[in-house]
Amino acid sequence: MNPHISEQFDLELAQVRDRFMEMGGLVEVLVRDAATALVNHNAELAAQVRERDAGVNRLEIEIDDLCVHTIARRQPAALDLRTLISMMKASTDLERIGDEAGRIAKMAQALAVLEYPADQYADFRALAELAETNVARSLDAFARQDVDGALAVIASDEAIDAGYNAILRDRSTRMRTAGDDIDRAMNVIWAARALERIGDHAKNISEYLVFLVKGEDVRHLDKGRTRS
Amino acid sequence: MNTESTAIQSTPPSAAAAGLEVDHLSLFYGATPALKDIALSIPARQATAFIGPSGCGKSTLLRCFNRMNDLIDGVRIEGSIRLEGQDIFAKAVDVAQLRRRVGMVFQRPNPFPKSIYENVAYGLRLEGRMPRSELDDRVEWALKSAALWDEVKDRLKASALGLSGGQQQRLVIARAVAIQPSVLLLDEPASALDPISTLKIEELIHQLKSNYTIVIVTHNMQQAARVSDFTAFLYLGELVEFGRTDDVFTRPTQRKTEDYITGRYG
Repeated sequence: MNPHISEQFDLELAQVRDRFMEMGGLVEVLVRDAATALVNHNAELAAQVRERDAGVNRLEIEIDDLCVHTIARRQPAALDLRTLISMMKASTDLERIGDEAGRIAKMAQALAVLEYPADQYADFRALAELAETNVARSLDAFARQDVDGALAVIASDEAIDAGYNAILRDRSTRMRTAGDDIDRAMNVIWAARALERIGDHAKNISEYLVFLVKGEDVRHLDKGRTRS
Repeated sequence: MNTESTAIQSTPPSAAAAGLEVDHLSLFYGATPALKDIALSIPARQATAFIGPSGCGKSTLLRCFNRMNDLIDGVRIEGSIRLEGQDIFAKAVDVAQLRRRVGMVFQRPNPFPKSIYENVAYGLRLEGRMPRSELDDRVEWALKSAALWDEVKDRLKASALGLSGGQQQRLVIARAVAIQPSVLLLDEPASALDPISTLKIEELIHQLKSNYTIVIVTHNMQQAARVSDFTAFLYLGELVEFGRTDDVFTRPTQRKTEDYITGRYG
């Protein structure tokens, strides 16, 4: 894309992009650390995650502010307009991912005081890996303006939903039949639910990227198919 | 983004009846082409904006619709323009009659040095004798159509030159609509006006388009986005893109359009 006649406008857009990617980077690490804290019973790391979420919230406000001022000053059109609207909306999803990471960290703190389970959270680890991957891929897609990458994230969200449902079924069964510790099972279910929501937000971010690049709204369509 | 090879959409996506149909239109000033093989169908009773950098041919194209270019020496036109199905370049066409059907408003308001009333009645008097009461009604109707009546109804005999720039421009629009044309051509109608007068003209365009086919040339892209239903982007005498304004300003199909409306170097 050619530069704007107004170099200042390019700088303003670059600033929004930089803040967005910075926020994405923070969020990616938060999700990874929250899941790590849970599966390793690391209460200290969990506490850190909950503190660092504040930085994500600050960036969301900063991005909104930059977008509002750029829209007011420049009256952007076409790709510029789509870029600002997409980043504004996607940053809300990033902020929510940060909240969900905080929720996982809270469960991690509760689980850390219990005895380490024999299953070593194997299913939770697998689900966390899927969610972390989709967050990273959605941000990569944003950085590279990669529609195919975004569509792949949208299509793969089903696997995360399935993973969450499997954990829900498994812990429900265990609570009923094996008399498992209800506190532990509930905390794992809530943390898995947070991963499932993180997957949804990664999907939303990918949908905004498709809108940014192609101008098409692919929300609420079947599995990543774009409108013809 | 789509490539430059994407076919240019020359007809509006809706099934709206065409007010003006331009077909293979080229215009030359001597040997220099100013418009190159333009084809587009301007929908009736909608507002269509022509945008593009200076010298792109947008005003030249606008002036073709009421054959204003006939007045310029050395102009040669190829192709056709049909107004409600009739070729406006046909030999049988009475140009004065055509201009009554295709009204035009220019960048700077150009009221006659006469009263407000006489400015609006002028075109009606040219059409032939009309009972005074009917003339009064038509003048009032035209001034109301141009959203000027409430501001001037108590001083219809006062000179039009005493009105503000924005009021003068609305008076010129009233003069144009008084003879009930089919098409209104607006050549940068608000570029000499202050922001409030500009908004009044834009609001007026919204009201007028239910009765008239409106074509507006503007350098102000936000204005094109605000007032028009369809937008045509011209560049170096060629029609680059024509489509619904909502689409052109959010997801143009051509790279040149994208560069122009986002303020980038081409």
